[in-house]
Amino acid sequence: MPARIAPLAITAYTATCAAGRGLDAIARALETRAGGLSANSFSAQPLACKIGRVAGLEDLRLPAALAAFDSRNHRLAWLGLGQDGFLERAHALRERHGAARVALLLGTSTSSIGETERAYRELDADGRFPAAQRRAAIHQPHALGLFAAHALGLSGPNLTIATACSSSAKVFASAERLLRLGLADAAIVGGVDTLCDSVLFGFNSLQLVSGEECRPFDADRRGLSLGEAAGFAILERMPQNGKVEKGTNLLLGYGEASDAHHMSAPHPQGLGAECALDDALARAGIAPQQVDYINLHGTASRQNDEVEAALIARRFPATTRASSTKGWSGHTLGAAGILEATITLIALERGLVPGTLNTRELDPACGPQIRIDNGEADMRIALSNSFGFGGNNCCLAFARGDAA
Amino acid sequence: MSAVLELAIEGIGVCAPGMADWAAARVALRGAPAPFARPAPVSLSPNERRRAPDSVLLALAVAEQACAMAGHAPRDLQNVFASAYGDLAINDYLCSVLAHAPLELSPTKFHNSVHNAPAGYWTIASGCMASSTALSAGRATFAAGLLEAAVMAASEAKPALYVAFDVAATGPLAAVIDCDAPFGVAFVLAPAAARPIARLRLQLRGDAAAELAPLPAALHALRERNPAAASLPLLAALARGEAAGFDFALHADQDLPASALHLEISF
Repeated sequence: MPARIAPLAITAYTATCAAGRGLDAIARALETRAGGLSANSFSAQPLACKIGRVAGLEDLRLPAALAAFDSRNHRLAWLGLGQDGFLERAHALRERHGAARVALLLGTSTSSIGETERAYRELDADGRFPAAQRRAAIHQPHALGLFAAHALGLSGPNLTIATACSSSAKVFASAERLLRLGLADAAIVGGVDTLCDSVLFGFNSLQLVSGEECRPFDADRRGLSLGEAAGFAILERMPQNGKVEKGTNLLLGYGEASDAHHMSAPHPQGLGAECALDDALARAGIAPQQVDYINLHGTASRQNDEVEAALIARRFPATTRASSTKGWSGHTLGAAGILEATITLIALERGLVPGTLNTRELDPACGPQIRIDNGEADMRIALSNSFGFGGNNCCLAFARGDAA
Repeated sequence: MSAVLELAIEGIGVCAPGMADWAAARVALRGAPAPFARPAPVSLSPNERRRAPDSVLLALAVAEQACAMAGHAPRDLQNVFASAYGDLAINDYLCSVLAHAPLELSPTKFHNSVHNAPAGYWTIASGCMASSTALSAGRATFAAGLLEAAVMAASEAKPALYVAFDVAATGPLAAVIDCDAPFGVAFVLAPAAARPIARLRLQLRGDAAAELAPLPAALHALRERNPAAASLPLLAALARGEAAGFDFALHADQDLPASALHLEISF
């Protein structure tokens, strides 16, 4: 078991998805159970499914200095950075610590591959990319990290983690290690993933996409709905006296583990997910009984939900509430980690327990922890699960700052 | 100036044109390269090897070499797989099919297209349930991944496997992406080792520009052909068995403020 770690202060955070731009909009959507899924209007050829599409990206223009990075993913990144005063806080952080002492760690699964797809649709007579698409910096996973480094003016450690759907959960782990070892004084973490043909037709080819709105943990669930999101958070060491400003939440711990089982199916007993959970609890120094809420991975695929429901049922008491919020946003893949970390923090801060949208009847595999309906509760500690292809699992542990 | 990480290199793996493994690399790094042979990692069955993408074969081959040299069971090692571009041949396939017949996309090619496919195959083949990360940092990928793996080993006080690799671009992407030769390299990094191959010190230098580390002239061209080949000066120094220090740029972008990973090896 890993040793307990000192918590980190989360001094700013934000997210944008189909259910809303920024914290207040997402909280309102959760509270009023107003989901963001709509009929697929995105793919280059028709595909009957629902998607969590962020409105307005088509008309958004990047500032001139960033225009060379134009892509749907970077437009969403820019839109996301503009919410909740995050950009201003990031600039203040840079002034406080220096550009080289702030790490920038972002997650994505497909980055700007939508631009590569478009270049292939628009090849010239000689089979070459059109001139406007001969942009090496765009056609690679780190396009996101590079764009954000430019947008934020940062020169510290900068990398893009791409472990499919756990990507932007794992950035919290990488940031904690850099801060603990003194290689950075603060970190900006986050993730951005946007809809593209690769994921729509890719998940369709695996027969994992539902024709209707996804229904996580429903006995009759039909598969996932894809979505897009951007989210960011600032992590800093705790002040010497261990006291943080009221309203500042904490990263208590994290766990990362592999299934060692299959490229696109979870371990049938959820062993990798359970290892990640155990490590997160150990680093946080907490027991399952102390966990008030868990934001589940809950994609609404047959296998994921079955395995995850069994894990929650065997490890947590009935007093722990759990839900999947993918009915609001769709599965935002590489951005799911940061989006759902953000929703978890909203829940802790506002005492709002999100239920599971669109789900009518819970799978019998679910224990009493998994809730369909919203609730209210005074919560102190919460977890967020993110599991990805390749059997890549991450679990994050958070606490409300004034309650830790 | 930031904190210093001190680690031991316990194992090395290499697979590149003229360097099928570390033994061949030691000869080639002195200036006598041999041709590139398709890697054949033994942790995959012959059937799996036949079906596996080139990026997976390359990454697993060097990972196996480094673990064997270090004497560690692969299943015990947390790991970091760094690649600037992922599998460019699969991206070429994916984008070509999507442009013409998206409903015909192969599900296997799709799940092999995720950036962590080599890491996934590695953990499955070796039964490794430890933490596994796949990352990218453009032309600075080798340095960024080395830092991540070193940080993992130092912070968890456990050895870590580090694999950096890229395969050559194919199709229309080849004219845009500057990568036309395969290159894979792996290290097992440990907080301490009884008989290390070399000792490693890493440090971040905030405002320092990285100067290109010295390298035998015969290898200059190869360094430019693949982001993982940025490791060549380190490999050459390890082959010579001479203490050396290098800077690696932390960013692959001239427009960002300079910042370097400073690295020293000793024996």
